[in-house]
Amino acid sequence: MRLKIASAALAMTLAAGTQANAETFKFAFQGTYNQLDPYSLNETFTLGMHGNVYEGLVRRSADLKIEPALAESWEVLEPTRWRFHLRKGVKFHNGNDFTADDVVFSADRVRAEGSDMTTRIAKDVKVVKVDDYTVDFILPGVNPILHSEWSTWYIMDKEWTEANNAVKVTSASDTNPNYASLNTNGTGPFKIATHEPGVKTTFTVNDGWWDNKVHNLTGVEFTPIGSDATRVAALLSGELDMAFPIPVQDIKRVDGNAGTTALTGPELRTIFLGFDQKRDELLHSNIKGKNPFKDVRVRKAFYQAIDVDAIKAKIMRGLSEPAALMISPFLFANSGDFSRYPYDPAASKKLLAEAGYGDGFEVSMDCPNDRYVNDEAICQATAAFLARVGIKVNLNAQPKAKYFAKVLASGGYDTSFYMLGWTPGSFDSYNVLLNLNNCRDDKGAGGPFNLGGYCNPKVDELTKKVLSENDEEKRNALISEAYTILNDEVSHIPLHQQGLAWGVSDKVTLKQRADNEFHFKYVVKN
Amino acid sequence: MFGFISRRIAMALVVMFVVALISFLLFRFVGDPVNQMVGIETTPEQREALRQSLGLNDPVLVQFFRYVMGAIQFDFGNSYQFKQPVADLIGRRLPATLELSFASAIFALALGIPMGVYTGLNRDSWLSKMFLSVSLVGISLPTFFIGILFIFLFSVTLQWLPSFGRGEVTELGSFWDTGFLTISGIKAIILPAITLGLYQMTLIMRLIRAEMLEVLRTDHIKFARARGLPNRSVYYIHALKNTMVPVITITGLQLGSIIAFAIITETVFQWPGMGILFLQAVQNVDIPIMAAYLLLTAFIFVVINLIVDILYVVIDPRLRTERGRA
Repeated sequence: MRLKIASAALAMTLAAGTQANAETFKFAFQGTYNQLDPYSLNETFTLGMHGNVYEGLVRRSADLKIEPALAESWEVLEPTRWRFHLRKGVKFHNGNDFTADDVVFSADRVRAEGSDMTTRIAKDVKVVKVDDYTVDFILPGVNPILHSEWSTWYIMDKEWTEANNAVKVTSASDTNPNYASLNTNGTGPFKIATHEPGVKTTFTVNDGWWDNKVHNLTGVEFTPIGSDATRVAALLSGELDMAFPIPVQDIKRVDGNAGTTALTGPELRTIFLGFDQKRDELLHSNIKGKNPFKDVRVRKAFYQAIDVDAIKAKIMRGLSEPAALMISPFLFANSGDFSRYPYDPAASKKLLAEAGYGDGFEVSMDCPNDRYVNDEAICQATAAFLARVGIKVNLNAQPKAKYFAKVLASGGYDTSFYMLGWTPGSFDSYNVLLNLNNCRDDKGAGGPFNLGGYCNPKVDELTKKVLSENDEEKRNALISEAYTILNDEVSHIPLHQQGLAWGVSDKVTLKQRADNEFHFKYVVKN
Repeated sequence: MFGFISRRIAMALVVMFVVALISFLLFRFVGDPVNQMVGIETTPEQREALRQSLGLNDPVLVQFFRYVMGAIQFDFGNSYQFKQPVADLIGRRLPATLELSFASAIFALALGIPMGVYTGLNRDSWLSKMFLSVSLVGISLPTFFIGILFIFLFSVTLQWLPSFGRGEVTELGSFWDTGFLTISGIKAIILPAITLGLYQMTLIMRLIRAEMLEVLRTDHIKFARARGLPNRSVYYIHALKNTMVPVITITGLQLGSIIAFAIITETVFQWPGMGILFLQAVQNVDIPIMAAYLLLTAFIFVVINLIVDILYVVIDPRLRTERGRA
């Protein structure tokens, strides 16, 4: 009895302390937020966090359409000259005015040595101030998607950056953080109040924001929580208003719990398999003297041996969308014209026999085990499916730090068969064609992430045309043509778009973006 | 005596050097740090330039000796992910880990000693049997599992205690931040401290129980009883005192492992100490942090062992003469 009273008293005193501030929004992500310098690291979570503080000339709406932000409007004066009219009356967090000088400065800084975002604006693009609120971009050639990556090219205050000695970007090899990597001065809806890398970051509201605010927050608190179980538990216990990602096996629990819901949706990332088609003999296989993956029948046999619907049902628990293309259907208008080769082990065996591998063969598969949703489980399933048609897969699943060191250019593309995921930073097919499908040399020039070295000059030619075609319909036709070739030749095996799962308290409403960026400006707390 | 101590210190330095060398050689198998430092669109040339500027293209032994030369001057290099001096980063995380270790050691002693005495005195009571079986569970379940169990019981179901973090912390000067001065800070330390201390508590309890049983059989207890001393003073003054010598030795040694192996508990509770810093460093191939952490851990163990060795010699003169002859 005494014990009962004591524990009740303990419960009361403890409960009294947990009353949270009603409008502070607390959330957790699995990874850390290290750098505040907006040009230091080109990585989704970091860029999304910056996006609450900094803004670009354009931004992406919740459904990823380009819309005006710091530029009110823009026009293409000549095919190679774009004019941006800047928004007037915008102030940085420190009170400085936003002007054309800041845009020119930021354009130089984002392309400078040490920046990880040099692809945002090509080196040979000239950025010219016309007047205080007009900036021209003069291009060396036509480029209809010039501004497609600018939602994450954030504009910095020239005066503030110079005054604080932070003109040089905090690069990956820097040993001393400059002022901008620990402090911010953007134009966005939130300011950073405290920042302890790897521990906690808190935000306050920028009352002088130029746009109409949707959110009703007074502050935001971010904590990285690496352990999946703890992150889910903290959400279920009500200590967090939002946590992501939620492991697919926990989605039911989050939904079943009173007070929380799992917000799921498709992500833009495409998960696919690739083959070494470049070497004359595979590095990791029992077939000597030739490379079976040079034969399209073998590649197609692999494709048809894998049951993506089973992977979706058993491994992804419904949270994936089987893919026919190397790009999300959201990002390409003609996606509907393409469909997957059907799952057909019999056809697969026949193709292998025709290619002269009726008895099958052995090959090693490289796979990350901490990068994509259930990556290792998908590779194991793939190995099992391939075993049914006589292919023995030796699975080499390892942490991403090891995996990427092996399969990327720095490791000499040391792989015969691999899994990779890709989201085009520009949200456009040109990026996919260039990076994953253009011919490359051994150093990676050409298609740097075409790990298997697929090469078809016709695709390269189409890629170049896609870059410089301004007419949207013609451009889409060119992209379709390229994808048709890739599909016919089975350059890769697209598996699926993995899903997003965020755990959200019923006390808040927010918007989930398919690029997995999280913006506080949509959060409403009741 | 002086010769003995200086020999031990020289040996300790050799141990540190070997630990550093082995850990440094192992880092070659952790992965490529460069891929963790840049985005996917960074060109191979830029990656190569980065690798060059970090000195990663040098032979491992060259990198190692560069590291040792720095470490001798207390310069452990800069973290790849944070771009800050590793010594600062670890220094900033040290208070969290030390407070957690301290709290769990207190918990282990405060509960382990009375439980040990009780189970020693009342061998056959049902409470003793319960203590012993619970302690068996405490020893056999892995730490992360106990931690998650606590979280689901006390955070999710009962909602009494927070499941992660340190709560509000107060700055004490520029070197120390403490969670002991706020209610949320004290609440936050309870679950991780118990999780981390459970194993030690069990150990202390069983040790004291065994020693008590031993001591109670000795003559001087029998004489004390014969003199008519009250039970309380026999048990707690005469018996317990004699059990404490090995307990103190073990506790001292265990303190080192509490600090060093707080990694798992820190990960489960997202406790922002050195352990989690180390684990994040492993995931991001942040070699300078990993190397410094392993050196620090080795240092803690070496120092504790050194102190224990020296204390033995101080306490027991026989050891001194034996060493002198050898």
